[in-house]
Amino acid sequence: MIENPDTQARQILDNLTLYYGPKKKFVAICAGTGCRASGSVQVKEAFEAEFKKQNMDVDVLATGCLGFCEKGPMVIIHPDKYFYEHVKVEDVPEIISKTIAKGEVISRLLYRHPDTQKALFREDDLPFYKKQHRVVFGRNGMIDPSRIEDYFAIDGYQALAKVLGEMTPDAVISEVKKAGLRGRGGGGFHAAVKWEGVRKAHGDPKYVIANGDEGDPGAYMDRSLMEGNPHSVIEGMIIGAYAVGAHEGYIYVRNEYPLAVEHLTMAIEAAREKGLLGKNILGTDFSFDIHINKGAGAFVCGESSALFASIEGRAGEPRAKYVHAVEKGLYDKPTVLNNVETWANVPLIINKGADWYASIGTEGSKGTKIFSLVGKINNTGLIEVPMGTTLYEIIYDMGGGIPNGRKFKAVQTGGPSGGCIPERLLDIPVDFDKLYEVGSMMGSGGMIVMDDTSCMVDVARYFLEFLKEESCGKCVPCREGIRRMSDILEDICAGHGREGDIDILERMGAAIADGSLCALGGSAPNPVLSTIRYFRDEYEAHIRDHRCPAGVCKALITYSINTEKCTGCGVCLKACAVNAITGEKKKAHIIDSEKCTRCGACIQSCKFNAIQVK
Amino acid sequence: MTKPMSVPAKTRQIVKKHGNNKSAMIAVLQDIQEAFNYLPKEALKAAAKQMNVPMSRVYEAATFYTAFSLKPRGKHVVKICKGTACHVRGAAILQDRFETTLGIKPGETTKDGNFSLETVNCVGACALGPVVVINTDYHGQVTINKVDKIIKKINEEGAKP
Repeated sequence: MIENPDTQARQILDNLTLYYGPKKKFVAICAGTGCRASGSVQVKEAFEAEFKKQNMDVDVLATGCLGFCEKGPMVIIHPDKYFYEHVKVEDVPEIISKTIAKGEVISRLLYRHPDTQKALFREDDLPFYKKQHRVVFGRNGMIDPSRIEDYFAIDGYQALAKVLGEMTPDAVISEVKKAGLRGRGGGGFHAAVKWEGVRKAHGDPKYVIANGDEGDPGAYMDRSLMEGNPHSVIEGMIIGAYAVGAHEGYIYVRNEYPLAVEHLTMAIEAAREKGLLGKNILGTDFSFDIHINKGAGAFVCGESSALFASIEGRAGEPRAKYVHAVEKGLYDKPTVLNNVETWANVPLIINKGADWYASIGTEGSKGTKIFSLVGKINNTGLIEVPMGTTLYEIIYDMGGGIPNGRKFKAVQTGGPSGGCIPERLLDIPVDFDKLYEVGSMMGSGGMIVMDDTSCMVDVARYFLEFLKEESCGKCVPCREGIRRMSDILEDICAGHGREGDIDILERMGAAIADGSLCALGGSAPNPVLSTIRYFRDEYEAHIRDHRCPAGVCKALITYSINTEKCTGCGVCLKACAVNAITGEKKKAHIIDSEKCTRCGACIQSCKFNAIQVK
Repeated sequence: MTKPMSVPAKTRQIVKKHGNNKSAMIAVLQDIQEAFNYLPKEALKAAAKQMNVPMSRVYEAATFYTAFSLKPRGKHVVKICKGTACHVRGAAILQDRFETTLGIKPGETTKDGNFSLETVNCVGACALGPVVVINTDYHGQVTINKVDKIIKKINEEGAKP
């Protein structure tokens, strides 16, 4: 080993430590995909232009995703850390003249507590952030992901320097093992066990891969890490490569994530330039480099062997895993495949120690987990909490409960492989094992909240339709079985359900799970089985009474207008694409149920809640 | 001004850029699609020859992945997110409206070649659901009543010189 392997990183670090020191004035703007969609790039440019015009020396930092995507574009004014939501370009001059120049707060841009309407000033005061423990994800807000110097300023690559300078590969593996890091991609397999397997496996070369094919609909934490803190993923991978003895790595990114590809590409180039990737990393004899592979829109490619096939340039079909990826993975060589979030945890474990890491979480699941809290919930966004936090805390304390005074019905976790968890189980602590126990799974961390207007049969139908399209077609039980289950669910939703359907669904579900090679088929029946388990009465209402209690399944509902609430304003009449609504101005309107396609346009346009669904 | 390259010539250039390597198949197809907005048959043939693989191998990859289109796509590609978060916030009825307004089903292109309609499993902007991505622009919290306005705006902008 060399004498001072981390000189370079430390030097740069020294120059930058004060960059965003506690008293430095700067403006941080969230530039994650969500905020960009709400116009944050324009807001950033407006700040820069205005500072230039006024000759002010204030930095504008376009940070990674801050998580509270619904409030975007979000701006945080440092050092006071004032939190402004929904900032528009027009607000910029006022923010500069008042908040930045004089320290005055602009009340209209502050977040208001939904219950008390009290204005809250700082990020940490917001209920959404208060109970979080953002050790991985929180660092997004302190850096501009396109600048490696920013990552240095938050102890970036210090873990790598420590590993290369002071630790043997075995010591790295045992540290990760002691920390109890489990894979964040779905299965929850112990990372160190995989690493150990590859280290011991015969075969050369060996590969490490980051799985960024975040396919679970409703989950986007990996996207936000790749976009918002790409170096943390890269640093984790370099450490992993050193531990297992790999010199080549891949990051497999979804096709739908162009910004992630852009930021990862920049980060890899910058890391190469600084001698952190490539030959003789930090002057040691360890060499490693990373390539980026873009997916092309196939959910099954999140599965390990399908992902390898895709990187090799073939159709992403899984293979039987009598021989594990640690023995024969990419190009039939020993391969470590970990999820993006798992890799991002690695530098933290090295920097802060396995004991610190293992002190967070539950007995079997250590550390924190990032969840995407979406669907029918007030505070949508990404949250990071210690493993073992209860669903109730997540949904009500951080998520702020259900909007529009509706009633909570279920939370769906684990994507198409997971299940729906009902209200009575809300106080279970969320970890890998507990979710599995209640018939769902962690998956990559999507939590889709549903209220009483979500039909659970429709949700099951939705997932099976998804899986029907995404099944690669290799195994007959998965290819044909999902199709048949999907047909049955279509029938139930269309009012053609038959007695005995539930029983057939349960039996087929068990057969598909048994008869499929990979996890896609193995877990495909979960959304159906879990909804039958907890919401059997809804299935029965569809089948026996031809009724959709949630008012979703079009064939089983009719629209009508509540004559007492209708003011005859005519807005719905204009919104209706099929001219099913008639009525004179200022008199209650009528819906012709023969013509009505139940598209929902009138409901969305009516300000008086006069359209009823039965 | 240089003459625009023929489809096979451009394809060969793309394949060469990836080192004539068959393991770069997906990346090659992505680049071909970026160059021509879809995968022309001529390009697939040229790619197979240049990579020295049977045409069936190229066709397998081209048809397996949903991001690839073997048919020409419209000037504007409308992608409706069908992720779970968007689904529970009404993506299905939104899709109905786009189908009615544009007069096409997912996978089809309008006769004037202006719009293609596609669905995508999740674009990862779940907090803004329901989301529609048009070309590279994200539209968040789209309501049925906004659909016609969005299409109208694009048509008007397209009409500008």
